[in-house]
Amino acid sequence: MLARRIIPCLDVKDGKVVKGVQFVGHEVLGDAVDMALRYRDEGADELVLYDITASAEGRTVDYNWVRDIARALDIPFCVAGGIRSAEQAVKCLNSGADKVSINSPALERPDLINELAEMAGSQCVVVGVDSRELDGDYYVHQYSGDPDKIRAAGRRTLDWVVEAQNRGAGEIVLNCMNQDGVRKGYDLKQLRLVRDLIDIPLVASGGAGAVEHFSDVFDQCDVSGALAASVFHKKIIHIPDLKRDLQSAGIAVRI
Amino acid sequence: MSKVVVVELGCANTASVLFALERLGAEAVLSSDTAEIAAAPKLVLPGVGAAGFAMSQMRELGLVDVLRNFERPLLGVCLGQQLLFEGSDEGDVECLGLIPGKVTKMIVPENYVVPHMGWNTLEPLKTDPLNDGVNAGDYAYFVHSFVCPVNDYTLTQSTYGAAFAAMVRKGNVWGCQFHPERSSATGAKILENFLKI
Repeated sequence: MLARRIIPCLDVKDGKVVKGVQFVGHEVLGDAVDMALRYRDEGADELVLYDITASAEGRTVDYNWVRDIARALDIPFCVAGGIRSAEQAVKCLNSGADKVSINSPALERPDLINELAEMAGSQCVVVGVDSRELDGDYYVHQYSGDPDKIRAAGRRTLDWVVEAQNRGAGEIVLNCMNQDGVRKGYDLKQLRLVRDLIDIPLVASGGAGAVEHFSDVFDQCDVSGALAASVFHKKIIHIPDLKRDLQSAGIAVRI
Repeated sequence: MSKVVVVELGCANTASVLFALERLGAEAVLSSDTAEIAAAPKLVLPGVGAAGFAMSQMRELGLVDVLRNFERPLLGVCLGQQLLFEGSDEGDVECLGLIPGKVTKMIVPENYVVPHMGWNTLEPLKTDPLNDGVNAGDYAYFVHSFVCPVNDYTLTQSTYGAAFAAMVRKGNVWGCQFHPERSSATGAKILENFLKI
């Protein structure tokens, strides 16, 4: 039985894991390789490593850092941040990443999704979507790694996720920005709407604060994975306990 | 120390396979060179991406016959397992033909998502040196949209909508549909088994 994935997300800035509230004001939490290994040991199913400043600064991820993580880890990980060409993505995969996630660059040039899927295969291509609710609809935002550059991308989230899938994305990570960093639960309504529109795996992001937030999002939104950062980094939720609780609630998890 | 040559086709996540072998103490070398590959004590054929692209790379590098004629242990990983079969519906391409059967697009119930991405349980069907110590219910990490058929050469199956071959063997040729290099302790055990063959 395919297990639901628990995915700690490490927002990385200059090789350190950081955490901001609503993306603003970063606090250093630890070294990226050390934290990746800690989560591996605790039973994380996958890691996402976001170089949160790369896209806003117009640079790409540092492949040596990807290589360091790949050398140490024996669970899958996805790298995000500033990947602008299929060649860069392949370089990232060749450095040991299992998947690459593209966000702002895909909004700037949607053909990047097609190029990447053609070159590396859809299964390696994750499209990250930062979505905010405004006046009863959902809108995509870009450059969310930098509070000075963040802006609405001029696209409806529900249109963009379908377009991303049609262009060859193999997975969508939907980050619901209204929920991000405040630990009040995932945006179940928005995630369910997106899940019903697409046929590729959907990963929920933004808002996890308690065990029931995870069981709710798996039960009610049928997402393939749930991503969280601060609750894990600050040890509010311990992954082995979370997985035991999810298993007791009848949710398939890898223990 | 066991030496393994990892075949570099220019389309695969070769680094993670190389690192996993190194973690187990093997001397792992990445190569596209026909002579080095033909002379390897053991080969790993990794793969991520499309079967058509991988086969065209293999032809361009002159590796098709080298792999077909290889007589020592060969392990195909992920797409690498699919390439061992006769052909693939992905791009309607002829593959190595080392294992009978055709790779087909995964057919799943309507509410399932594709690709099959994540940790799924293994169901061993036969005992073999490669799946020694692998128990029913152990998890491995999969990422794929095409599947190899369950047939006489299936060692271990897994199920997503329908059963498919998760591990295969015919003679000196083995395959894993999942990524052992990314399957934590279970994957490490399988790679260790391969190094001991």
